[in-house]
Amino acid sequence: MSTTGTGPRHLVRRQYFWGIVAIVLLLLVNVLKDPGFLALSVNPANGNLVGNLVDILRAAAPILMIAVGMSLVVATGGIDLSVGSLMVVAGAVSMEFLKASGDASSGGVALGALGLALAVTALLGALNGILVSVVGLQPFISTLVMMLAGRGLAKVITSGQNTAASNEPFRWLANGFVLGFPVVVLLAAAVVVAVAVVVRRSALGLMIEAVGINRKASRMAGIRPRGLLLTVYGISGVLAGIAGVFATASVMTVDVSRTGYQLELDAILAVVIGGTSLAGGKFSIGGSVVGALLIATLDKTIVFLGVSSSATPAFKAAVIIVLCLLQAERVRSLFRQRRAAGSPVSKEGVAA
Amino acid sequence: MTSTLVPGPTGPAARSGIARLAGTMARTWRANLAALPTLASLVIFAVMIVYGELTYGRIVQYNTLSNLLVNNAHLVIIAVGMTFVILTGGIDLSVGAVIAFSSVAGVMLANAGWNPWVVVVLMIGSGTAFGVGSGLLIQYANVQPFIATLAMMFLARGLASTLSTTPERLPEDSAIRSLATRFKIVDGERVDDLIVTPGVIIAILIVAAGFFVLHRTRTGRTVYAIGGSEQSAALMGLPVVRTKLWVYAISGTLAGLASVVYTARLGIAQNITGIGWELDAIAAVVIGGTLLTGGAGFVLGSVVGALVLGLMNVLITRDGGIRPEATTIITGGILLVFVLLQRVLTARGRGRSGESVPARPPESGLA
Repeated sequence: MSTTGTGPRHLVRRQYFWGIVAIVLLLLVNVLKDPGFLALSVNPANGNLVGNLVDILRAAAPILMIAVGMSLVVATGGIDLSVGSLMVVAGAVSMEFLKASGDASSGGVALGALGLALAVTALLGALNGILVSVVGLQPFISTLVMMLAGRGLAKVITSGQNTAASNEPFRWLANGFVLGFPVVVLLAAAVVVAVAVVVRRSALGLMIEAVGINRKASRMAGIRPRGLLLTVYGISGVLAGIAGVFATASVMTVDVSRTGYQLELDAILAVVIGGTSLAGGKFSIGGSVVGALLIATLDKTIVFLGVSSSATPAFKAAVIIVLCLLQAERVRSLFRQRRAAGSPVSKEGVAA
Repeated sequence: MTSTLVPGPTGPAARSGIARLAGTMARTWRANLAALPTLASLVIFAVMIVYGELTYGRIVQYNTLSNLLVNNAHLVIIAVGMTFVILTGGIDLSVGAVIAFSSVAGVMLANAGWNPWVVVVLMIGSGTAFGVGSGLLIQYANVQPFIATLAMMFLARGLASTLSTTPERLPEDSAIRSLATRFKIVDGERVDDLIVTPGVIIAILIVAAGFFVLHRTRTGRTVYAIGGSEQSAALMGLPVVRTKLWVYAISGTLAGLASVVYTARLGIAQNITGIGWELDAIAAVVIGGTLLTGGAGFVLGSVVGALVLGLMNVLITRDGGIRPEATTIITGGILLVFVLLQRVLTARGRGRSGESVPARPPESGLA
């Protein structure tokens, strides 16, 4: 492997960097297929920005949401397998609410649907958090239960039917434009920036990482892991709810068996591509953003090239496995170097 | 030893035999509080049968009970594999997806004219391959078990979707279907027959083999020791690395076998087969009294757990008032209740015997 022999700082940068390189390469492939791929134009009728790059950004919005939530959860040493199912729950709740209200133009109803969907997913996310922090269940078990029960819940909410509704303001969330820019992209960017600022400009991010590195030690240092875990899983739930609203509002239909299906794969992949170790203890919002953009670009490329998209999940899974191996290799070489240097931190390496 | 005493029905020998048995039971009871969840699951199973019989009727009869076994043979098989994994303190999230891949690949190969028995071997072998893959990732790349098996789950499910996204049908005359032949053992009135299929026999053999390996071999002892404390097991010189690899290989292989049994019975394979079966298997194991943190549990308990889940499905179908979609919610709820029960019991046990489970005892004091 070429990863050995370079310093750890370079490696971290390189993995972050590799995601961007992959995006550029994918875009180049598309440009080779159609030189006009990157062209951006302004729709003369309404002044909206259109083009393939805009499409990619719009498709990336839901993935961005769950990837950011996942990176926080992963940093605590946990995992949230329920993001895809919480997306479908949010979709089901909002569609049923809009359908029941029957008002196709009221902005208040749209806000109500949005609020209700986010409240429900926040509650379910917090339930994950309670199971993890108070009950002490392993994260993957509690979120696995939520992943399967959540989809069951969505089916119960919609009576097992794919539910459609019409409401212009709600649709605008995913399909509208402000000053020529797609609303969904602006919203996603705003949410990501807000989370990044809150987490990195306060001690919250450090505390999350401390819990992920060593929960006991973090408690000794005066952090309350319980409340923190509860918050993190709650945030992940809300972000998954936003992603679900984005995903359903663009088509104004919730497909109970397909909406958000296996999107936890995309979220985990985005986190891993961003250079965050699944072992926990650190996170990079920027890395997860790069990861989410890469996944959206990959999906778009596959459609654009006309390759059968049925192979994508297997390919993504293979990439996750390879990146896990690389991370492990990295941990090992780090470990080896440190031991060679005779420093007494070898125990840390084992624990991590 | 006790077996020589039991047949003697007369005289003091029988009484002392019973007394000794009662003494042994009491001692086992005191020594093994961990058996409480297993007992609880047996009681729950019995209560469910009685409740079902009283409320809906036609539960305690040959065909319902034998169908319970026939329809859950695959779940019993993967639950045995999951027991091994959970006993070491690991987890295997890939079983459902491995079953999907193995059955889709198997049916497609069979339809392409391959020899059915070669196909069966390949189906089981593909399960083994995924299991070994997870084991290698965990053991040599230091990936956490749930991440490694999660990656395998995505990979297997993705490969199954790559092969086909539509239901693949096994021909009616395929030899693989013979594994689901229904042999009548007792010919009851009308359709009330006691039935057994080769699939059920396979499941019973697997349970017996699992019981033997776990309780009567060194490998089994090592499995328990790793779950108790991996570090201690390694310091004792036990073959930790090899055993952990074995455990995931066993789980994968049994998933492949379960896929054969299931496909033979249903005759259809699809890429969405087995979604959520990993949760069913974990729930079966946990209901059966195996600690989710590893180190203690019984493979026979997992069988009871699998049957509890199967019976729950039967009762839900009979009731008709509960949506089938809600089944996963109920399964999840049951799993949580049993995990809570385990927490309470292990916390009490730890109070006497010191720290044995990697949990957080001091924190429970903080509100």
